[in-house]
Amino acid sequence: MTAQPALAIEAVGLAKSFGDTQAVAGVDLAVPAGAIYGVLGPNGAGKTTTIRMLATLIAPDAGSARVLGHDVVTESDAVRGLVSLTGQLASVDEELTGRENLVLVGRLLGHRRAAARARADELLEAFGIADAAGRLVKHWSGGMRRRLDIAASLVVTPELVFLDEPTTGLDPRSRNQVWEIARALAAAGTTILLCTQYLEEADQLADGIAVIDRGRVIAEGTPGQLKASVGTGSLHVRLLDPGRRAEAARVLEAAVGTVVLEPDPAALSAACADAERAAVGVGELGRAGVGVGGFSLDQPSLDEVFLALTGHAAEQHPSGTLEEQAS
Amino acid sequence: MTATTTAPGSADTAAVRRAIADTARPARPGRLATALTFGWRGMLKVKHVPEQLLDVTVTPVMFLLLFTYLFGGAIAGSTSAYLDYTLPGLLVMSVLFTTVYSGVSLNTDLTKGVVDRFRSLPIWRPAPLLGSLLGDSVRYVVAGTVIIGVGVALGYRPDGGVGGAVAALALVVVFSFGLSWVFSVLGLLMRSPNAVMNAGFMGIFPLTFLSNVFVDPATLPGPLEAFVDVNPISVLATASRSLMAGTPDGAAIAVSLVVAAALAAVFLPVTTRLYRSR
Repeated sequence: MTAQPALAIEAVGLAKSFGDTQAVAGVDLAVPAGAIYGVLGPNGAGKTTTIRMLATLIAPDAGSARVLGHDVVTESDAVRGLVSLTGQLASVDEELTGRENLVLVGRLLGHRRAAARARADELLEAFGIADAAGRLVKHWSGGMRRRLDIAASLVVTPELVFLDEPTTGLDPRSRNQVWEIARALAAAGTTILLCTQYLEEADQLADGIAVIDRGRVIAEGTPGQLKASVGTGSLHVRLLDPGRRAEAARVLEAAVGTVVLEPDPAALSAACADAERAAVGVGELGRAGVGVGGFSLDQPSLDEVFLALTGHAAEQHPSGTLEEQAS
Repeated sequence: MTATTTAPGSADTAAVRRAIADTARPARPGRLATALTFGWRGMLKVKHVPEQLLDVTVTPVMFLLLFTYLFGGAIAGSTSAYLDYTLPGLLVMSVLFTTVYSGVSLNTDLTKGVVDRFRSLPIWRPAPLLGSLLGDSVRYVVAGTVIIGVGVALGYRPDGGVGGAVAALALVVVFSFGLSWVFSVLGLLMRSPNAVMNAGFMGIFPLTFLSNVFVDPATLPGPLEAFVDVNPISVLATASRSLMAGTPDGAAIAVSLVVAAALAAVFLPVTTRLYRSR
């Protein structure tokens, strides 16, 4: 065994077009080994295409990438031997049972029948899906499928896992479970490349983040660095009456600093360096007769980072539950 | 297994940690073993959704009953004489119809995302395709056996006996291996499983009827007869008929095998290339 390279993923100028559409327009990535690295961007930014190139599913038109020291084009088989992919569509076979899915992957990776079954049962238990193991996956809920998908990626513990939007469409409870699993994996030393359109997810999990928009990396750094690039902090205010937001914005602009209107029609935030200024700002709102429902002072959110970097807002994590929608 | 005390339906992080702590990596399986594993997957699908066998066997059985009892007397003088003529051809029809499903199931895999899983695994790349062919062959054999069984129940007694019937079935299954690659290409090019099914039957249906499966081409108008005579499905039906009758037609059998090999030679590489790049 050679020593593991310090960089798990090293991509330079990766590009890919489909017809006239340039999905990825020159992506550079440097992902340290053992980290959870977030690739953050809205739908259609080129995240999935980037992952598919790194996981050797499609060949790049230009640029090159090394994954765990192996070139994704000339040594694709070696890369496949070390990584696992959890796709945007759950990459499981709906017409098989959960156990059959895991046994199938185990057999394909070289386990003998008994070993494949034992590993499948171990993973089914660990992921809390043993009760449904004998049922066809098409009857499973979205959250259970996603866990099965991740379990299938761990039949043989990989050195690097690609998680492509692992919580899209999941309810908060299932989402938290996926996060727990990701943290456990990282703690065990597996490198994770996490693609997500949810800022909260990247903030929660990632050690480093590349923000990607329209096929390019537009910013890179730790969550803290990205926030610092926007400002030192911000005062968030929620109004009792959304109709008075314009008035509140004028007051805060004068008393505190640059105001950003949040997606919530009753909320707004102002760039703010210190707590005393924030207190003055809230006091001014009270003096102006604008009812304040609540306020907080915190670090800028990644939402604000995204807005500042791209000029358009990122998507919010849906609060609705899709857990029970087994299609 | 140790009992876990987590709430049902939730992941047990400690158990996940234990599971991933096991980093042993088994030796990679051989090519044949990999393809056989995909064959096993195909069998499981037949086991879970046996209706798919019904789909492909009901239509030919319907044709068998319809043509034998409605048109048989008019075409061949008696229903039993017609059954002798048409059953080996219906065997061809019923198995060839099944090949369309090779494309349909491939397309289903693509649209569901499970192909991404297979393509990201360190396995011999054509294995999923060859393996599903193994699963398909079970479908071919079932479809062929059903039609022969129904024929025998209706009084069909091939002169070639069991050996002739088995030989005819084997030839038709081998031909289907070749033809299925055409539908696999279709499965890789079209957008939905239904589109593959429609396009597939739009091709195979007229080709089957414009063959000697149902009527003696000598009764057809000249240009049509000329087409029917060169239609590979006619040649295959002739070969199947000769084997069932116990008088193997070497030329027809050879041509059938050559056509199957040619179809595979052209469409198998196209299939693997499309499968890799999609």
